[in-house]
This record gives sequence, C-alpha cells and structure tokens, in this order.
Amino acid sequence: MRVNVTVNGEHRRADHVWEGESLLYLLRERLGLPGAKNACEQGECGSCTVYLDGVPACACLVAAGQAEGREVRTVEGLADGDELDPVQESFVERGAVQCGFCTPGLLVAAHDLIERNHQPSDAEIREALAGNLCRCTGYEKILDAVRLAAARKVEAAQ
Amino acid sequence: MSTPIPTRSPQELDDTITGGIGESPLRPDGVLKVRGEFAYSSDLWHEDMLWGATLRSPHPHALITGIDTAAALAVPGVHAVLTHEDVPGENVYGLKYQDTPALAADRVRYQGEPVAILAADHPEIARQALKEIVVHYAVLEPITDPERAAHDTTLPKLHPDGNLVRYQRIVRGDPDAEADVVVSGVYEIGMQDQAFLGPESGLAIPAEDGGVDLYLATQWLHVDQRQTAKALGLPLEKVRLTLSGVGGAFGGREDLSMQIHSCLLALRTGRPVKMVYNREESFFGHVHRHPAKMYYEHGATKDGDLVYVRARMYFDGGAYASKTPVVVGNGTTLSVGPYNVPNAKIEGWGVYSNNPTCGAMRGLGAVQPTYAYESQMDKLAAALGMDPADLRIRNAMSEGSANVTGQVIDFPAPVAELVQRVKDMPLPPENRTSPVDIRELPGGASNTTHGEGVVRGIGYGVTIKNISYAEGLDDYSTARVRLELLGGEPVAMVHTAAAEVGQGLVTLQQQIARTELGVPRVTVPPADTGVGDAGSSSASRQTYITGGAVRNACRAVADRVFARAARQLGRSPEGMALSGGKLVASDGEVLAGLADILGDEAIEETREYHHRPTYPLDPETGQGDAHVQYGFSAHRAVVDVDTELGLVKVVQLDCAQDVGKAMNPDAVIAQIQGGSAQGLGLAVMEEIQVRDGKVRNPSFTDYLIPTVLDMPPMRIDVLERADPHAPYGVRGVGEPPTISATPAIANAIRAATGLELPRVPIRPEHITGT
Amino acid sequence: MDFLRPSTLAEALAAKAAHPEAVPLAGGTDVMVELNFDHRRPAALLDLGRVAELHEHAVVDGRVRIGASVPYTRIIAELGDRLPGLAMASRTVGSPQIRNRGSVGGNLGAASPAGDAHPALLAADAEVEVASVRGTRLVPVKDFYTGVKRNVLAEDELITAVHLRPATGPQQFSKIGSRNAMVIAVCAFGLALHPESGRVGTGVGSAAPTPRRAVDAEEFLAGELADRNHWTSPRALEDSVKRRFGELVAAAASPIDDVRGSAAYRKHALAVMARRTLDWAWQDYREGSWQACA
Repeated sequence: MRVNVTVNGEHRRADHVWEGESLLYLLRERLGLPGAKNACEQGECGSCTVYLDGVPACACLVAAGQAEGREVRTVEGLADGDELDPVQESFVERGAVQCGFCTPGLLVAAHDLIERNHQPSDAEIREALAGNLCRCTGYEKILDAVRLAAARKVEAAQ
Repeated sequence: MSTPIPTRSPQELDDTITGGIGESPLRPDGVLKVRGEFAYSSDLWHEDMLWGATLRSPHPHALITGIDTAAALAVPGVHAVLTHEDVPGENVYGLKYQDTPALAADRVRYQGEPVAILAADHPEIARQALKEIVVHYAVLEPITDPERAAHDTTLPKLHPDGNLVRYQRIVRGDPDAEADVVVSGVYEIGMQDQAFLGPESGLAIPAEDGGVDLYLATQWLHVDQRQTAKALGLPLEKVRLTLSGVGGAFGGREDLSMQIHSCLLALRTGRPVKMVYNREESFFGHVHRHPAKMYYEHGATKDGDLVYVRARMYFDGGAYASKTPVVVGNGTTLSVGPYNVPNAKIEGWGVYSNNPTCGAMRGLGAVQPTYAYESQMDKLAAALGMDPADLRIRNAMSEGSANVTGQVIDFPAPVAELVQRVKDMPLPPENRTSPVDIRELPGGASNTTHGEGVVRGIGYGVTIKNISYAEGLDDYSTARVRLELLGGEPVAMVHTAAAEVGQGLVTLQQQIARTELGVPRVTVPPADTGVGDAGSSSASRQTYITGGAVRNACRAVADRVFARAARQLGRSPEGMALSGGKLVASDGEVLAGLADILGDEAIEETREYHHRPTYPLDPETGQGDAHVQYGFSAHRAVVDVDTELGLVKVVQLDCAQDVGKAMNPDAVIAQIQGGSAQGLGLAVMEEIQVRDGKVRNPSFTDYLIPTVLDMPPMRIDVLERADPHAPYGVRGVGEPPTISATPAIANAIRAATGLELPRVPIRPEHITGT
Repeated sequence: MDFLRPSTLAEALAAKAAHPEAVPLAGGTDVMVELNFDHRRPAALLDLGRVAELHEHAVVDGRVRIGASVPYTRIIAELGDRLPGLAMASRTVGSPQIRNRGSVGGNLGAASPAGDAHPALLAADAEVEVASVRGTRLVPVKDFYTGVKRNVLAEDELITAVHLRPATGPQQFSKIGSRNAMVIAVCAFGLALHPESGRVGTGVGSAAPTPRRAVDAEEFLAGELADRNHWTSPRALEDSVKRRFGELVAAAASPIDDVRGSAAYRKHALAVMARRTLDWAWQDYREGSWQACA
C-alpha cells in the first residue's frame, strides 16, 4: 500500500509498504530516517519514541498505515538546523550519552516532558522517563541532563 | 580494487573539542548521537541489499536427520538458503576452544542454535520463508544439571572430550585448617543477560576480489575476522571488518552472531546482505552470564581474622565453551575476594550442558564468587557480633599482600580505605516526605504501600576483579598515529581496531593524543581490520592496553618530530616537548610552531603495547602470578523492603572505587553508575529463566532491566592510587562496580528482613516465603 | 494482508461485518507486538485510529461513557476526578508512551487476565458497549470475559465504549510487579466502595484465567459495614475484618505459577493488597477526603 506522512515538516510518500509494517520500519528503512531505534519492537524500551501528531509514541507499535496523513516528528527533527535543541545540548554536555542507542527515544520523551512541565521534580522526571530503558548510564547523568535542559528552557522563555 | 561503500556507513569522528588526559572533554560522537545521525550497525543501508534471517533449533538437544530447503528457496523474493553444507571453510569456531559450528550439521546442543540461513528482499519474506525450511530432528533428553554434568560420567557426551570444560583447583596454606568460628552457605546466581539496547546486526558486502567487507557491531574486530575467514575459507585479507555504531556490548558481542552468516549469504548472492536480530532472537543470538552454584565455608578467629576459605563452585557453560575456561580461572583465582586468607581450598568446574551458552559478561567470573563470599562475610560478621564493614576492613588486603594464588600485589590495593569511605558517606534521611510520594516507595506508582511493611536495611559489597587477560596470554593492542598539517593546522589521526561500545574509548584516544602531541585537533576514523589487533573491549582493559598503544605511537611520532626539529634547528632533541601546537624546550621556551616543523610531510607511526607477562596456574595447586592488575570497588546499599509483599526499592547506592588515574573523570563516574545499575538488576530482577533447556522469558516484557524509577541516587568516590606498572597509572574501571553492587544490595535486603536469601536475583517470593 | 481504514463508526462496523477476520487496531500496543514477532498474521487489519466517535468521552444518562480508543493518558488527566480507580490503574499501564496510545477498549479486546484496567472496571461495575451492524448491546464487564484472552464479542462486533458510574465513594487500585515501573502485573486488585447502595466492588487481575470479582469478599465486607452501621457513622475497621476481607479476596483467585510469579505468592499478595487498599479507602471514607483529592 501507499503511505503519505508528514515527517519533520516534510511531506513524504512510501510505496509498496507491507500492511504489517510498523511506522518504525517505514521511517528507518523506507524514509531514510534511522534516528528512532529498533531495540525491542515491543514497546518496552522506548528507543523508538517519536512524536505522532504531537504525542510521544513507540513507533514500533504504530502500524505504518496508521500514520497516513499524520504528522511525525523524530529525533532528526528536534534540532533547528545546526542549532541543537536544549535537550540535545544538555545530553551531550552532561555525559548522558554512552552507547547512545536509547538516546533518540529519551530525547523525544524528555523534550515532551519539558514542553508540558517546565520545572519537573526528580520524581516527575523519573515517572516520565520510566518507559525509556538505558543499559549504559544508570540514568544519573540523564537526570542531570534533563534538569539542565529544563532550566535552560525556563531561562530562554524569560 | 573498488569496493562499494554502504550509503549509510560508519563515520570518522573529527571534532574540535579540546581536553587532554585528566580532563573530561565531551564525546566526539555525542552530537551525531543526539541528532540521530550516528550510524549504528542496524542503521546501515545499501542500495540493492537483501535481508538475512536465521532458522534456529526449537530443541535444546536433538540430532538432525535431514534438512530440506527446496520449498524455502522457491518462495518468490528469496535469493539463497544455506545450511552447513554451504560453509566453504571449516564449519567450526570458538573464542577459546574450537567447538561451535557456524551452522549445525548433525546435532543441535541448545535451543536457538542456528541451523539454516537465507536472504530475501524484505524481512517479512525472509520470516515466512524460514517456515518453509524443513528440518528433521530426533529429539534427545537435554542435560541441564551442571553438577551432574561435572561428575556423572554416565551422561551422554555433548562434545568429544566429555562434558567438563575446565576444572581448576587452588590450594593455599593448610587446606584443612581449623577455626574458632565457622560459617557456611550454598549460593546460587541466576543467568543474567547483557541486554545491550542495540541487537546484533551488520551489513556484509561482497567485494570484487572475491572477499567480503563486513560492517558490524562487535567488541573485537580481529577475533571476528579470524573466525569468519576460517569458516569462509578465505585468507584474512579478504575478510575486512569495519566497526559500525555499537549499541552497548557488556561482553555479549565477544562471540560471533551474524558475522559468518551474513558473509556467507553475501558471497552466495553477490549482493549486500543486512542482518538485524530482533529482541527475541537476540536472547538466543548471544551468550549470557554463567549461572553458578557455590558451596562456601569460611573460618575465622574469635577476633575476626579470616583463617580459611573452602569453596566449590559450578559454572554452567551451556552448549559451547565460549569463555567458560576463563570464567573458571577468574572464579577460582578471585574466589576469596580482596581479603587476606592464609589457607584455602578452592575447586571450580565449568561444564557443558544443553542450557543456553554462557560466556562473557561484565565482571566475568568474579560476579558469582563475589556474591557468595560477600554473603559469607555478612554471615561471619553476624556470627562474630561484628560490624560487617569493620570485619571487611580488618581482613582487607593491601599492597604487599599475597592473594590466594600466591601472587604478591605489587601495586596499591586500598581496599580498607574504600570500605571506610562508603561507610562514612552520609545516609539518606529515614523519614519520608509527607504526604508520601509512592514513587519513592517499593512498588513505585503501582501503589502497593503507603509505608506499611516497609523496613530499611543497609549492606556492603566489596570486590576484586582482574583487569585484562590472564594466565599467560600475550595481551596487546596496536595504534597507528599520524600527524600532519591539514588546512595549515596540525591534526593528529588515531587509528586503532579497538571497539568503541559506548564506554568512551574514542574520547580517550583523542585525549591521549592531545596530551602527547600537544595538538587540539584529533580525528578518529572508524575502527577496522586495516590496522593491527587491539584485543577486545572487555576485561576493563582498553584504557590500559589500547591507551598504552596510543601513547606509545604518539611518543614515537613525537620522537620523529623532535628529530626533525633537531635537524632543522640545529640543537639536541633532548628535553623537547609538544604543547599547544608548538615545539617547546624543557624550560618552556617556544622553539617553533609545530606546523613549521611538519611542513608537507606527515609523520606516521604504528606501535603495540603489551602488558607485562602473566603466567598459567599450577594445575595441581593453582598457584601462580595469573593476573596483571586488579581493580577494587566497594558499595554500600540502602534499601527499603516491603517485607509483606517482598518488593524492594533501593534508596541509595554509593560506591568508592580506585581507578589508578582518572583519565576522564566524568566518564569514570559514568562507568561506575552504569555498572552499578547492572549489579542492581542482577540483585533484584534480572534472570533468564530456563527450564528443561528452554528459555521462558526471551523478551523485555519478562526479562526486566532497571528503569529510571528503579535506580537510586548514587554517590561516587573515586580514588586515584597510581599503578606504577600501567600507562599513566591507570587501573581498569568498567567491571568492578557491576560486581560489588549486587552483594551490597542483597546484604541490605538481608539486613532489612533477617532472611538468608541464598539466591539472586531476589524475587518477591523469596522475601515473603510464598 | 488487507489494511482497512474506516473513518466513521458506521464504516468500521460495516468493515467488520464484511471482514469478520479483521483484527481491530487502535493503539497498537498489543497487536503490533504480535505482528512484529510474527505471532499473528491476520488476513486484515482494521485501523480504528480515524474513527472519531471512539476517541471521545461524555456523560450519558449520569454515567461516564468512555470511547474504546480514549488513551489512558486522557483518562488520567480528564477523568481522574470522577473515575479515580480507573485512573489509578491507568497510571500503572506500561510507560507514558504506551499510555498515550493504549486504551480500555484495547485491554478489553485482548482480554488478557493481566490487563490493568480490568480490576478497576470490575470494581466499578462497568458495562461494555459492543456494536455491530446488527445493533448495540451493553455487557456487564463481569460477564465480558469468557476465558484466557477470550471475550463475548461476536466476530462482527467491535467494542465501542465502556460506561461507568462516577465514583460515589473511595476507590483504590494496587498492582504487583517485580520492578518499580513498566511491568505487567504479577497480580492486581481494584476496590470501589459504593456508599449510596451499601455495596463493595472488587476486581482481581492476573490471578485467574480471566479477570474476576471476589464476590464473597464483597458480600462479607458489605455485610460488616451494614451490620455495624459503618456507612452512616464510620469508625475504624477492626483488623479482623480487614484480614478476613484479604483472605476472601485471595480465595477468589485461582492463579498459576509462571515466569512472573508463583501461584502461592499471587494469593498472598492479593490478601495483602486487599487489606491495604481497604485500609486506605476506608480512611478516605471516614475523613471524607476521597471527594477532595479524587
């Protein structure tokens, strides 16, 4: 089947999509956007988190056909050209990235959290990111990065 | 020769970040990773590529009486279906013993063993075509009890030499010594999985010279190259490997997975073949941590001085040897922990069975005994009426101590100080916030307690881990360093085959080159087999060994710069140094710009670093200088246990570790935090459950690893007691914190509950007794 | 495989009638896992994502009607005040990403005994609205589950909504998992007190072939509360009452041993959760605080 979808602001089309394919496969293998990661394909790790119509979702659990006519924003769409989003910037600065396979999904989840809650408490950060598994960091530096990003966003808004 | 390069391929890391050793510069791959542009092995893509897939045995033990691939080959979109008969070289590989078939021929020895492979246009075609391959099995009774496998010679032999992979005995002092106070216990540890986030994957591209280029995620390019070339029947130079982005490793990428298979398919079809395991297949596609059963007895004087340790330990290696011999070696030589023990009798068995193959995982062979002896230390402290931390401090080894193999520790071993430091750290407040935030209690948002039944406990765990390879292996790495002017600016390139698996090795290579060559810009091309062997990114060894090789190569380049400068400037090279892009004299006087000395001529040097030799253990007594260096860490865990429901919340997990020299302090802390998380996982949730040789939970739904709500704040104290034998004084960092975290948490849960809890992971049922 | 994309409920029902083998697909949090791992290859997928009627909630005849595809995130945010038990259960579903897509309709469709919504629905006497081209019917949720991962749906029917009365008393939900977040229930318990009718509602999850009520426990507690005139002049509950309630809840379960936990542990944990949730709910009732913070 054919799927039309707006990805990171751009209209994209894919043909010969198998009906059982996920949005994740569509993005990675057909649209050349491998940022969202294929770590568990069962919604347990959050590595494939993307915005679907502005709401974070596991791309592995969305059928490609369900994305027809919808808007998707992936990790590749977080930065404004050369300028990183504050969440991306603080992940780099605070050493929240090791192997980095969980990073794209965490960035989208953290980005969404900060959009909704400018000054999240630690407990709120933890609950919001509980769907994103990381095997390298023990999460401490990820928490550091999210705190920093939130502070920067507040600062930028003032 | 022209070889097609994948459209999406590994990137050279070229950055203008600055920072030498001892600083914490940012990762050169960090921006690529946060932009989603870093090319992991599963992201590789090539025009015209096919998808490879693997048919695996559903049985843990069976004879193969026939394989029929005709129907699968007839499926439209399928381009090749291969079995053991299509392996052109030797159909056998292995890290230590050559015992593993690339594709099973006449017998399968574990559930999930690869039997056939195919390549197709789309993953779905591949999946459905796999079902068309007909394999005839004669199912056999699986061997699943490792103790029986070790001793029962009437069992069928899984391999020609029987079911024993390695037996090691260590006898020290008087093995029959007696003591005032004796404690004993039988401890078990479940099968842990590395659970790296990026499943096995790679892209094999057939080359015009009849060879193949393989882009992949691995821990050790050259050992993959050797094993793959042998199976393909090709000379080494025709099997070229390039490291792609690696989504974590932790030991799980030391053994082959899709390497031979993807190359076989690419060579047969003449097209690039990508293989990507899904999560379920990943659980069958790599080795796990050895489950173990350990019988321990400790004897001490009334004052708390250890008199003896006697232990028997059984490691279940599963179907193939993988790292089992090393696990037995590490397990027995590290069996008494970082303590002075004058008398010991230790025996370790590593066996074959029809359980999943077990091999390398962070803390190799030390995780199991540490859990046992640290449980014993708490039991002993209770029997003596002593504080558990004080008992450890009293018996702590130090520089000059001899360990259980008789090896004298000739480098700092600040074990007592590490324990004292975690003991002295402030404790979290006992009182909870009011109203209670359920996220801070056992059970979290699942709302199982508002404080009812919750008891706090504190526990300690201390470990010793050998760093790098042992028992006489010549352990080395190779680095090629090139210094040249690019755009008028001196730029160093550091090329090694060492695998960046997430730990920050690329950053470290840059730091060393910046420090040694005094240039801010250092590029790191993708690791590949175009340069000499670097050994594995395992055993906490890369900073030490590849770090040493990069240092040596940089110094060789610098020496040539000095020689050239000496000629140009007409002065002795004595005392010259490179700093800030300049050539300086010993008094700091700037002699020349580096650019002026270099001119148009690049300087390139390749050097190896070998650590000082180690020696095999005496087969009878187990005595010998088996290890080159040890790492030490101590944890203190504070836990809240819901004693009625058996749920645990780790409240705080503090660690002190000696790292010799913190080459990159932030990265060191990150390693300790991440390692601690894996230790926490093993303590309370992580286990591959196996019954009758079959894995019951091959998914992230039922193989649970810690989430951010499971991880507590961690206070990290880093000591730097330089090892005079190691480059820059470094000591391996990655493994110790994984090891000591587990018993610290287990001991804290015991302190809270008063239960013996002889097995990890500790499940709710173990605490409630139901 | 066909991919059917109705944009109205009428179209969806027509499609289901024409393709009874089609698997409904809403949040995808169950179905896509089965597709990704080749555990299921249906002849057709019926994407309900475009059917606006399924994504709405409203008050109908004094009850809250929640469209089958309303995601858990919205239940928590928009209905937590009126349906606290369901909101508490929703908060324990998977991760934020899953809660953004998963829905009560999906839980009911899959009918897994481990579905988190079931105990709350059972305790609150929910009714499931089921529709087909033949018409619409309401099924009490206690009659909805017919076996492990089976329910009363005919092959041409779709789940369109659930109906729940807004809470008239305290509600609680508690769930065991062997991790502090993102777990499938080892077992779960939902409790709703219905002071206006003098009844007690319960729901037991992941401890029997289907989600089920603990009827004896409900009757025992309702009797105790009525006999002692607790509803009108609530006093502290005696420990023996709480314990007995817990025992009866555990007795209602018929769990199995599996990778997530043992049968014995499940029974034990249910007794503890029942006792504790009753304690919390009763405390709220006595203080009248459930209305303020619900």
